[in-house]
Amino acid sequence: MNIELLSQYLVAGITYGTIYAIVAIGFNIIYNATGIINFAQGEFVMLGGMIAVSLHTIMPLPAAILAAVLATMIIGALIEVIFIRWLDNPSVLRMIIITIGISIFIREAALHIWGEGVRALPYFTGTEVTVFSIGDVHISPQVLWVTGVSAVIVLLLNFFFDYTLLGRQMRACSANRDAAQLCGISAKNMVTLSFILSAGIGALAGCVVSPITYVQYDSGTGLAIKGFTVAILGGLGNSTAAIAAGLLLGIIESFSVSLMPSAFKDVVSITILLLILFVRPSGIFGSAEASRLKEF
Amino acid sequence: MKTVKILAVLLLTFMVLAAPAFAKDTIKIGAILAVTGPASFLGAPEAKTLEMLVEDINKKGGIKGMKVELIIKDSGANPEKALSFAKQLIEEDKVLAIIGPSTSGETMKIKSVAEEAKAILLSCAAAEVIVNPVAKYVFKTPQMDKDAVIKIFQQMKAMKLVKAGVLASNTGFGKAGKEQIEKLAAEHGIQVVASEAYDSKATDLTAEVTKVKAAGAEAIINWSIEPAQAIVIKNARQIGFKGPIFQSHGFGNIKYVEAAGEAAEGVIFPAGRLLIADVLPKNHPQKAVLTKYKKDYESKFKEEASTFGGHAYDAMLILTKAIEKAGKADKEAVRSAIEGLKGVVGTAGIFNFTAQDHNGLDINAFEMLTVKKGKFVLLSAPSQKEGASKKK
Repeated sequence: MNIELLSQYLVAGITYGTIYAIVAIGFNIIYNATGIINFAQGEFVMLGGMIAVSLHTIMPLPAAILAAVLATMIIGALIEVIFIRWLDNPSVLRMIIITIGISIFIREAALHIWGEGVRALPYFTGTEVTVFSIGDVHISPQVLWVTGVSAVIVLLLNFFFDYTLLGRQMRACSANRDAAQLCGISAKNMVTLSFILSAGIGALAGCVVSPITYVQYDSGTGLAIKGFTVAILGGLGNSTAAIAAGLLLGIIESFSVSLMPSAFKDVVSITILLLILFVRPSGIFGSAEASRLKEF
Repeated sequence: MKTVKILAVLLLTFMVLAAPAFAKDTIKIGAILAVTGPASFLGAPEAKTLEMLVEDINKKGGIKGMKVELIIKDSGANPEKALSFAKQLIEEDKVLAIIGPSTSGETMKIKSVAEEAKAILLSCAAAEVIVNPVAKYVFKTPQMDKDAVIKIFQQMKAMKLVKAGVLASNTGFGKAGKEQIEKLAAEHGIQVVASEAYDSKATDLTAEVTKVKAAGAEAIINWSIEPAQAIVIKNARQIGFKGPIFQSHGFGNIKYVEAAGEAAEGVIFPAGRLLIADVLPKNHPQKAVLTKYKKDYESKFKEEASTFGGHAYDAMLILTKAIEKAGKADKEAVRSAIEGLKGVVGTAGIFNFTAQDHNGLDINAFEMLTVKKGKFVLLSAPSQKEGASKKK
């Protein structure tokens, strides 16, 4: 294998990996605030892409994306208020069933609204065939958009959780709900906020990746599985680790193609998920002690 | 109170009177189509086409005075679902015939069920294995994938290309096409340098096309029906693959071209004549059928007609002709009537069925098409194309 080929696989792997990571971050935010895995996270990604594509017919691209992100955030808030907020101390199993139900509901609604066809936003820069070439390695500008936007999201999130009052309140809630409430923080509002935040990030991801992957009413499920794998792989709740885990999985998948038939690509990721669950349930970057303290 | 009773009695009388007459004058036809899911590009236009046709037939008084009742089941391209729907249609609904399924994998799953239950099956899927070996009750309307492969090989030869990199989705259609390519390559002087199957739900195929390009492919042949075939060409161009890209006859939906945008320019694929109905010479035997179907479909559903809807059109057409010929809606009579149908002008080509040939089409049903400025056009004569593609 020569160096160009190696680099080309690497670029492909980084593209896959970043997409997975951005979905994993959505999982993490809600997990941090509530201790539950929101299986409708993939649907937020799909909704963002779909709404943006529809809006793009009547407004310019940046406005369409902004409006789609806001619309998905409202949907995220509504979902939390309608389905989650009124539950007192729900069990993990019950939450899993509820979020899976929500994901099926959103998918069917999307099928009715948009039909079964695939859609995509136009490439943000250039067209389908525009590439940057470094020697024999070719990169689509959209890949740079995806990695750039993901990087900005992670930086902003870290800033939000570490340095803003609201972010600290959310962290306090996830660390000790009762203590946080005694300090006057509304845990319920923090959970709503976490849904709004993860819906917004999912939707933004959906917009940025749609030129590469397309969106379809059922494209959320596949993304959710990969995103979930990455979230577990990195250690639940840790967004920076999710990026590292996402890149790792993406690159492994990409190189696996050179060694075995590419139809086995998903086998690779599922095998990794199982191995991690057996050997290191806290994830590669998560600490076992911290995860023991969590109730999941 | 009294009026209600009278009304009830009247209603009951009507129902009693109407029921036998209704049952006698209806032909039940089932359809198993992938209306949603990864193959919805096929199933959705097929379902719409059938609904349109049946409405039309019933408006004109039905077939031989018998109204048609259409029962469409959405399999979502899932072979297991197709199987249970097939059993349901045969055992509970007692349909005369089943149109579909949309995909080859589903059709192969229910082929033996239809055969055992002696239910007529008119598949809208392309793989050759559906009708080879021949099953007595199983027919299909799309052209042979074998002929599509040969058509592509002939084109490659004309363009002086030898090394082909093959990509196929791991569905029934993809697998069948890949097998045909690998089987027929040697005798047509084509060398398959790499052959990859990918997941039908794949969203990025950069690694796969990189592998094919690295193997030294002069041309890429992709065999799939899912959105992935738009992704393949996009990714191939992005990694700097400059050679020609061939697609199967599964590319015959303008939505794929729209999805791939600029990357779709110059893609070459074999297809029926529906997509180029406008430019067919006036005296071409298919011209009238194609333009009528295209016009009806497009004015009714406000979207461009695709060859896939055409496959369902042909299935319904063949069934109608056979029932008319048999004179009654009887399974055995209709089945043997289909085997005797000759010169039926459909959207996919001109059907000539025999007891050995349950497809009824030959390689002449295909034309080579290409994409120019986002539109399907006839590929110009090979000798002219040759220079152009080499220069790229």
